[in-house]
Amino acid sequence: MLRLIKPGDWLVLLGGMTATVWLFATLWQGNAADKAVIRSGGKVVAEFSLAENRIFTAQGPLGTSRIEIHNHRARVAADPSPRQYCVKQGWLAKAGEAALCLPNQISLELTGAKKLYDSLSY
Amino acid sequence: MQINIQTTAEDHRIAKLAAFAIGLSLVEAAIPSPLPGIKPGLANIVTLLVLERFGLRAAIWVSLLRVVAGSLILGTFLSPSFILSFSGAALSLVMLALARHLPKNWFGAVSLSIFAAFTHIAAQMAVVYLWLIPHAGILYLAPVFAAAALLFGTVNGLITAGLLAENDATTSSVRPPLLQP
Repeated sequence: MLRLIKPGDWLVLLGGMTATVWLFATLWQGNAADKAVIRSGGKVVAEFSLAENRIFTAQGPLGTSRIEIHNHRARVAADPSPRQYCVKQGWLAKAGEAALCLPNQISLELTGAKKLYDSLSY
Repeated sequence: MQINIQTTAEDHRIAKLAAFAIGLSLVEAAIPSPLPGIKPGLANIVTLLVLERFGLRAAIWVSLLRVVAGSLILGTFLSPSFILSFSGAALSLVMLALARHLPKNWFGAVSLSIFAAFTHIAAQMAVVYLWLIPHAGILYLAPVFAAAALLFGTVNGLITAGLLAENDATTSSVRPPLLQP
C-alpha cells in the first residue's frame, strides 16, 4: 500500500494534518468567549450567554449605556461618556476582552471557560 | 414521432461512469452519519479515476451529472442539500483542475483526493455560513469537518491509486472495459 503514496503525497498529508490540528487548537481552546459580564460602578448587573442575540441597557451616573450581543460577539453600542472610547472599541469576541465606559462607570467584559490573566508580574 | 439523438462513444462512456458514481452516492446516502456533512464521498473516487484516465472535461461531466441525477433520485433536487453538493463538487473540480498540473512523479491520487476533500468541505461551510446559518457557532464544527476530510480524502485517494495501479498492471486484453481509453 505504501508504494501508492508518492513523496509529495506525504507532504500534502502532513499539511492536512497541520491544518486540522491548527483548527482544533485555535477553535477548540478555552479562549473562545461564552459569556458577557456587565458591571455598573464595579457591581455585576447582568451576565448573558453570547449564544443569544440581545440588547441590554445599563444605567450609570451619566445616563443609559446600550450593550448589544450579536453573533457570538458583544459591544457597547451607545454610551453617554464624552470620549466614546468603549463605543469605538467595537465588537469584542475573545475571552478577556473588555470595554470600559469610564465616566459612566459601565463595563462590558467577555469571559470564557479558561480564566485568562490580565497581567503577569514577577 | 421518433427522436434520434446522435451519441458518441464518449457520451456512452461518460453516462456509464456517471451511473457508477450515482450508484455510489446512493449507497452512501443510506449510511447513517454522526453529523450532517460527514460522508465518505465514495463517488469522488470515480471523479478522480475519470480525471486521471479521460481528462478534465470528462471528470466535470461525470461529477456534475452525478450531483444532478443523484439529487433527482434522492428527491433533493434544488433543495439546500443539493446546493451544498453542487457547490462542493464545483469548487472541488476547480481545485482538481489546478492540482492536476502538479508533477506526476511527486503527487499522486492521494494528494488530489485530499485537496478535493478539503475544498469540498470548505465550499460547503462557506455556503452554510453565508446562506443558511450566518452564525459564528458553525466554526466550532470546522475542526471535525477538517479531520473527516483528511481521513476520507486519504482513504479515497489510496483506493483510487490502488485501482489505477491495478489497471496499469493488467495487460490490455483483460483490462476492465470501463477504464479503457
